[in-house]
Amino acid sequence: MRNITKTFGSIVANHNVDLDIYKGEILSLLGENGSGKTTLMNMLAGIYYPDEGEILIDGKQVHISSPKDAYDYGIGMIHQHFKLVNVFTAAQNIILGLETDQGRKNSRFGKLDVESAKKRIREICDTYGFDVDPDQKVYDMSVSQKQTVEIVKVLYRGADILILDEPTAVLTPQETEKLFKVLRNMREAGKTMVIITHKLHEVEEISDRVAVLRKGEYIGDLITSETNAQEMTNMMVGREVKLNIDRPEPKNVKPRLKIKGLTVRSEDGILKLDDVSFTANTGEVLGIAGISGCGQKELLESIAGLQHIEKGDILFVEDDGSESSLVGMDPIEIDKKGVSLAFVPEDRLGMGLVASMDLADNMMLRSFRRKGSIAGFTDRKTPRELAEKVVNELEVVTPGIETPVRRLSGGNVQKVLVGREIAMNPTILMSAYAVRGLDINASYMIYDLINQQKERGVAVIFVGEDLDVLLELSDRILVLCAGKVSGIVDGRTADKNEVGLLMTRVGGGERGKN
Amino acid sequence: MEKTKKEPLIHITKRREISKKNEWAIRLGSILIALIVCAIITTLTTDLNPISVYASMWRGSFGSERKIWALLKELSILLIISVALAPSFKMKFWNLGGGGQVMAGVLATTTCMILIGDSIPSGALIVISFVAALAAGAFWAFIPAFFKAKWNTNETLFTLMMNYVATQIVAYFIIKWEVPKGSGQIGMINQNTQAGWLPVIAGKQYLLAVIIAIIVTIIMYIYLRYTKHGYELSVVGESHNTAQYVGINVGKVIIRTLIFTGLLCGLTGWLLVAGTDHTMSTSLEGGRGFLGVMVAWLAHFNPIGMILSGLLLVFMSRGAGEISTAFGLNSSFGDILTGVILFFVIGSEFFINYQVHFRKSHRKEAADV
Repeated sequence: MRNITKTFGSIVANHNVDLDIYKGEILSLLGENGSGKTTLMNMLAGIYYPDEGEILIDGKQVHISSPKDAYDYGIGMIHQHFKLVNVFTAAQNIILGLETDQGRKNSRFGKLDVESAKKRIREICDTYGFDVDPDQKVYDMSVSQKQTVEIVKVLYRGADILILDEPTAVLTPQETEKLFKVLRNMREAGKTMVIITHKLHEVEEISDRVAVLRKGEYIGDLITSETNAQEMTNMMVGREVKLNIDRPEPKNVKPRLKIKGLTVRSEDGILKLDDVSFTANTGEVLGIAGISGCGQKELLESIAGLQHIEKGDILFVEDDGSESSLVGMDPIEIDKKGVSLAFVPEDRLGMGLVASMDLADNMMLRSFRRKGSIAGFTDRKTPRELAEKVVNELEVVTPGIETPVRRLSGGNVQKVLVGREIAMNPTILMSAYAVRGLDINASYMIYDLINQQKERGVAVIFVGEDLDVLLELSDRILVLCAGKVSGIVDGRTADKNEVGLLMTRVGGGERGKN
Repeated sequence: MEKTKKEPLIHITKRREISKKNEWAIRLGSILIALIVCAIITTLTTDLNPISVYASMWRGSFGSERKIWALLKELSILLIISVALAPSFKMKFWNLGGGGQVMAGVLATTTCMILIGDSIPSGALIVISFVAALAAGAFWAFIPAFFKAKWNTNETLFTLMMNYVATQIVAYFIIKWEVPKGSGQIGMINQNTQAGWLPVIAGKQYLLAVIIAIIVTIIMYIYLRYTKHGYELSVVGESHNTAQYVGINVGKVIIRTLIFTGLLCGLTGWLLVAGTDHTMSTSLEGGRGFLGVMVAWLAHFNPIGMILSGLLLVFMSRGAGEISTAFGLNSSFGDILTGVILFFVIGSEFFINYQVHFRKSHRKEAADV
């Protein structure tokens, strides 16, 4: 790729990027969020078309203006969000969109020849060591199986260059290991792979070479075996960064929130939380680990008064030790009760904030009900002041407080949201995937803010996905698996494998429940 | 595999921030282009001088004092409906039932004027019919809102169907009260006593409607921008999840907002019967419920902006009527011109948001360097 430039409105996603990909290697494309990794790769995969620059394959200039063009050149991409039809089987998904006569002369009259497709799928699986049942429906599959189907789909179309966008983001450590094994098999077979990631230890483990992007520009490349995490981070961020997270000793630990036998079903009756019990303490970070979709969202929403609770109790413990139940209350009633509950939800722009409103109006979400000077009218001054304060204190990069939050980058959006929630002076702070999609700098700022709240005596519940972070930040870690508590471990002594096993419930069960 | 792929002929990118000045330049430019296209169509199909056709359109709206008042009346009625629809649409409640809600107000006013017109003083009748019309409009809007809030029904279809129901009920009462029998119409209600007719202010029959439209527009502007209700409904419009997250009762806001919309639509119905037309017919609403949607969208739901977009639409329709009489053209010809202009005005929004690049000729590029 030569001199590639791509802009979206005023955002320059890639600027004069030169990138070489060699045959038969595994290349890691490393960069912070918003550094343009995915955009760059989307141009190879035919999703976007570059504004400037050219793409050369085997020395010849090519134009890739659709995913089909990309396949014609042997390039296939596995996107972060899978593009599969749920009600179809693996085989149906794999051949979806291919014209029937392509390479299969015996399929006449436009009839799909699923049988020969299945045969080829099995061949591909045997060659590289995939584990796919062509007849399994996608909705019956785990995330890792869906990903496998996506990879087979790309191989089925004859791709020699595979691009994987953050392939491990949704996998457990064990599943990641399995994926890496397959990737190595593919490398043996001469395939070329590009892995988009920002996880350093994975870069070290799997790739031959690493290319770094920063703010849309190509910084350079390194041979993986000749570098280390610190050097890569510095390249990625552009300056020295410390790589460990503080964990102040918890002080004044007292129960703040007691969850007893909590059971919640989704609207279509599926059991989301099954008899969950735990206690969250003041001055302590309670980490919550688990594969995504194991009830984390429902747990936090239940506490926030947004879920219908089938069974169980949520008890708020006052400073004097008296307990009262929050079950059946909506967010306003909880607030009126004097429980200052800050909640940073997973879906920042769809739930925590209003994407098209500006910073000041978003600050107002929490405060607009308070009495203004004229009854019925909103007080616009206080939210404006708060917005200014958050922008200054958390170094939010924005043209102004009148910019719609959807125009901000992911990290800045999160700073706005966390800033507003912390401004409530909470007694309980819940956050779901607080650093998802954030770059290293923003992530560390969020960790610092969480630790500050912890030192203030707030009971922090921190749902995370990166086990390394959970293990460094949390005082205790509760592991959820399919809606049940599969264990609670001490964040200072637990090791990654132990938590990983609890996440898939191997050896979990009733152990360690309190 | 072997065939070489070409760079696509055109590709489209999202624009970076665009200045207000350029934005308006694009809008005005699109109207200018539309006028040129219309001129070409006019010359090709009718042999008329396009300048004189445009002049005649202008005269249709501003030609005489009477015509200006007619324009103002049309604009006022359309503006109140558009303004009424604004909070619904801002809440992303696709209320296509403005017409039906107006008709509910029309029917309520007519009912009051016919049934109790003789028994109470005109002043009291005006108050009673006012209340009845507002209540009827609000009720008609409340029904789909309630179903949406309770069972999440599709409001687009629901409100659309409610239009037909309202029209049919009106049709029934027209037959019931027709004067003279068999004519299929009601005629002027209380023509002799003028009971329930709105007073004429300063000798101008339509001045009252204009004043009401101005008041309603200003109130709505303030309501949407500065009140808690206005804030809540925009949060609901953007995301039900966010609204619930901060404890806004989504169902309550939907119902409250639609009642407000319905009140103003009912008000329009009252103005039409008691103020301007003094009769009831199934076509009294005249498609303004839909036209109002367009006015509101064109102004991005800003009530003040709706004055401009409403004026454009009313001007076009009156101008179209004028040229069909002045030049003896089929009335569809006016509609063609209106259509072309609207096409360009709405199309210009695309160019405000996106930029189109054409394939560069490489030779030319080399020469540039």
